[in-house]
Amino acid sequence: MRMPIKTCAVLVLFETACTSSGVLDPHGPIGGAERSILFDATVIMLAVVVPVILATGLFAWWFRAGNRKARRRPDWSYAGRIEFVVWAIPALVVLFLGGIGWISSHDLDPRTRLPSSSSPIEVEVVSLDWKWLFIYPGLRIASVNRLVAPVGTPLHFRLTSAGVMNSFFIPQLGSQIYTMAGMATELNLQADDQGTYPGLSAQFSGDGFSDMRFEVAAISPQAFAQWIDATRAHGGSLGPEEYAELARPSQKNEPRTFAVVSPKLFEAILASPGAAPRENPK
Amino acid sequence: MFGKLSLAAIPWDQPIPLITSIVIIVLLAAILALVTYKGWWPYLWREWLTSTDHKRLGVMYVVLALVMLIRGFSDALMMRSQLALAAGAAAGYLPPDHYNQIFSAHGTIMIFFVAMPLVIGLMNFAVPLQLGVRDVAFPVLNSVSFWLTAAGVLLVNLSLVIGEFARTGWLAYPPLSEIAYSPGVGVDYYLWGLQISGLGTLLTGINFTTTILKLRAPGMSYSRMPIFCWTALASNLLIVAAFPILTATFAMLLLDRYLGFHFFTNDAGGNPMMYINLIWAWGHPEVYILILPAFGVFSEVIATFSGKPLFGYRSMVVATMAICMLSFMVWLHHFFTMGAGANVNAFFGIMTMIIAVPTGVKVFNWLFTLYGGEVRFTSPVYWSLGFMVTFVIGGMTGVLLAIPPADFVLHNSLFLVAHFHNVIIGGVVFGAMAGYTYWFPKAFGFTLDERLGKASFWCWFIGFYLAFMPLYALGLMGATRRMQHYPDTSWQPLMWVAFAGALVILAGLAFTIAQLVYSIKTRQRRRDKSGDPWNGRTLEWSTASPPPPWNFTVLPQVSGIDEFWSMKHAGKKTTPRGAGHPSIHVPRASPLGFLTAFCAVMFGFASIWHIWWLAVLGLLGAIALVLRHSWQLNTEVQVSAKELSEFETRQNGAPG
Repeated sequence: MRMPIKTCAVLVLFETACTSSGVLDPHGPIGGAERSILFDATVIMLAVVVPVILATGLFAWWFRAGNRKARRRPDWSYAGRIEFVVWAIPALVVLFLGGIGWISSHDLDPRTRLPSSSSPIEVEVVSLDWKWLFIYPGLRIASVNRLVAPVGTPLHFRLTSAGVMNSFFIPQLGSQIYTMAGMATELNLQADDQGTYPGLSAQFSGDGFSDMRFEVAAISPQAFAQWIDATRAHGGSLGPEEYAELARPSQKNEPRTFAVVSPKLFEAILASPGAAPRENPK
Repeated sequence: MFGKLSLAAIPWDQPIPLITSIVIIVLLAAILALVTYKGWWPYLWREWLTSTDHKRLGVMYVVLALVMLIRGFSDALMMRSQLALAAGAAAGYLPPDHYNQIFSAHGTIMIFFVAMPLVIGLMNFAVPLQLGVRDVAFPVLNSVSFWLTAAGVLLVNLSLVIGEFARTGWLAYPPLSEIAYSPGVGVDYYLWGLQISGLGTLLTGINFTTTILKLRAPGMSYSRMPIFCWTALASNLLIVAAFPILTATFAMLLLDRYLGFHFFTNDAGGNPMMYINLIWAWGHPEVYILILPAFGVFSEVIATFSGKPLFGYRSMVVATMAICMLSFMVWLHHFFTMGAGANVNAFFGIMTMIIAVPTGVKVFNWLFTLYGGEVRFTSPVYWSLGFMVTFVIGGMTGVLLAIPPADFVLHNSLFLVAHFHNVIIGGVVFGAMAGYTYWFPKAFGFTLDERLGKASFWCWFIGFYLAFMPLYALGLMGATRRMQHYPDTSWQPLMWVAFAGALVILAGLAFTIAQLVYSIKTRQRRRDKSGDPWNGRTLEWSTASPPPPWNFTVLPQVSGIDEFWSMKHAGKKTTPRGAGHPSIHVPRASPLGFLTAFCAVMFGFASIWHIWWLAVLGLLGAIALVLRHSWQLNTEVQVSAKELSEFETRQNGAPG
C-alpha cells in the first residue's frame, strides 16, 4: 500500500518540477543537454535502485520469524558467485555512468564555445554586494540586475567578483559558475526561445544574498538592437567613480543601465580584488 | 580589561535568542540546584565527570548529542517555518542577520555536535566490549577527548547569549568569513569552538586506532574482528588523517583574522579557493567518518536479528577499507562549478562514482544476510530496513550530483540539501538510533520500550520523506540553499509540506524522549539478567549488563568470527564463574579532562573577545594540568580477586 502512495507523490513532485521555471524546463542547448543527462542517469540508476528497494521489503517480509514456508539457511554467509555478481552490478553501472560523466564533462565544459553561425555576444559579469553588473564590452554599455540577450545567439561570459564569492546561475539556460575576486571564469550559454528567465546567485554571500536576483530577457535580434539604442539614448555613464558608488553594499536593486562604460573596467576590477570592506553591521 | 566584551554583546533587542537564553539559563540553574539539593555532586563527580571508563564516556557522548540534537532541531524548525512564510513579498519573521546565524549554527551543530558525538559515543561504548578488552588504549585521554568536545559545545552555545554566531554557512568560506566581510565575533566563536572540539576528536582517533590495532582479545586476528570494529577502525584512521587538515585550515583563517595574515584574503596574494580545497579535503572524509560506523551498526543489527552471520564478511571488510581510501580522492566534487578544466572535473566525478561500488556491495550483502534468515522485527531492524530503502535513494542522487554537468545545474540547490540530509538522516541518524536501541540494554541492563521506539521510527521515516522529497523538487525548480526568502510563490505549497515533515520528525524526537523516560520508569519489569537480550553474536553480549568496570573478568579466547555465537552453540560456559581470579587493574578516575576543558573554554572565550590575560591564563592552566598529570604515577586502581569473585557470584548465582 505504501509504494503506490510514494510513487504518486514522486510523480506529483516531478510534474510540478517540470512545469515550473527550473532546470527541467530548459530554453537553451546547454540546459537541454544537462536535463537529458539528469534523466538518463536517473533511469539507469533506478534500474538497480528500485529492485533493491523491493528486494529489501520482500526478503525481510518473507524471512520474518514465524513464516513457516520460508526455508532458513542459518549458517549461509558466503557464495563466491553471488559475491562476484554483487561487485559486478554496481561496477557495471558505474562504468556506464563514468562514461557519461567523462564525455559530458568535455562536451559541456563551461569554457567550450557554442557552435553557431552568428558571432557570440560578449558579456562581462561582476558580482557586487548584492547585485549583478553586466558589461557588454563590445557595445560599451552596461546593465545592473537585468541581462538582455538576443535569442539564438551564443553568449560568452567572463565573470569575476568584486568581493565575496557568488555563483552566477540561470536555471533555465543551464550551467552555473562561481565568480571569484581576482580571477576570471568563463561560461558559454545560449537562449533559444524568447522569454524572461530568472537568474540568481547560487552561492551564499551575506545578508543581501536572497535578493541578489536578476532577470534574463531573451528577445529577438531586432528587439536587442532596439534595446541597445534605447540604452544609449537613456544615458548614464559608468566610470571609476560611478563604479565605486555602485560597488557599495546595497540590497534589492532595481535594474538600471549605463550608456557608456569606461574601457577595461572589468580588467581593472579583476586587477584590484578586495573591494571596500563592509561596515560592521552592529 | 574585558577586550571587546561589553554588555552590548547580549542581544537585548532580539527576543528569540534572548528568551531562549533565559529559558536555558533558568533550566540549567534548576538542574544545578536540584543536584545540589539532593547531594548528588560527589556521586556525579566520582562516577561520571571524572570517569575514564569507556562505557560511561560513551553514554555521556550520546547524552550530549541528544541534547544538541534538540538545539539543532530547533534551528531546523525555525528555518522551515521561515521559508514556509517568506514567499513573494513576505519577509517572514527572521531577518537575514538572524536567519544566517541559524542555518550556520544548524549545520555546525548537527555535524560536529550531534552526528560526531553519536558515532563516537557508540564506538566508545561498543568497540572495547566487542574486542573483548577491558578499556581503550588511553583511558584518561579518552576523558580529555570527551570534555574538549563538550568545551566546543559550550562555546558555540555561549554565542546564543553573548555576541553572535557565524553568519557564513557551516564551513565558513572565505572571503566572506574574513575580517573584512565578517568583522563580528561570530566566525571567531565558530573557529575556536571547532578548534577545541576538533582537538578532542583527533585524540579520539588516535586512541581508537591504537586500541583496535594493539588491544584485542587473545586470538582475535583482524579477520575475526566484528564488522563494527572494522568500520570503527576505518573511521578513526580517517579522523587521524583528516582532522589535522581541518585544524591547520582553521589555524590559517585565525591568523588571517587575528594577525592580518593573507592566506585566504582577496588581496595581498591570498587565495580563498585554497581554503575551499583544504576544508573539503577534510570535509569529504568527514562524511565517511560518520557513515562508516553507521554501516557497522546496520551490519551487526541485521546479522543479529536475522540469526545469521553477516553475508560476505570479507567483501564487507574490503568495501569498508576501499571507501576509507577513496574518500580522500573525491573532494573536488564539492566545487565542480569553480571552473576547473573538463579533465579535472571528470576525474573527480568518476572517483566519486567509484565509491558507489563498495557501497552498493554493502547493500547487496545486507540483502543476502536477510535472505534465509529468521528476521525478528525489533525496532533496530525497523531503523535498518528504513535505512536500506532510504539510503539507496540518497546514494542515487549522490551519484547524479557526481556527474559534473548535472552538478552544474544542481550545485548549491535545495536538491543538494535534500541529498545530504537523505544520506545523513537516512544513514547516520537511523544508524545511531539503531545502535542506541541495540546497545541500550547492554549499557543499562534493561531494554527500551519497543512500541514507542517503533512510533519514533515511523515518525522519523515518514517525516523525512515529507520534509525532503519536496526539497528535491524545489531544487529542480531553481530554489537555492540558504535563501531567507524567495519571489516565486509557486514554491510555497512545497515549503509548507517540508515544514509539516519537520513537525512529524519533531514527533519522532518526542517519542524517543518518551521512550527513554517510560523505559526508565518501568525498568524493573524490563530487566535483562542474561546480558544477552537479542541472542547476540559478538563478545559484548557475553558479559554482564551493565558490564562491570573491568568488562571481562576473564578475557575471552577467540577462535573465529561471531565468537560468542560459537561459544553458545558449542555449549561452552559463556561467562567464567567462581573464585580464583587474579586481581585486575582498572584506570583510576581522573579530573584531568574536566579541568583541561574548563581551561580550554576560558582560553577560547577569552580569545574570541580579545581578553588576552584570560587567554594566557587558560592556556597556561591547561598546560600545567597536563604536565602535572604526566608525572602522576598512581593511575590505576586494583580490583581484588575477592571483589571479582563476589561480582561473578552475584551475576551467575552459585559459584561453579
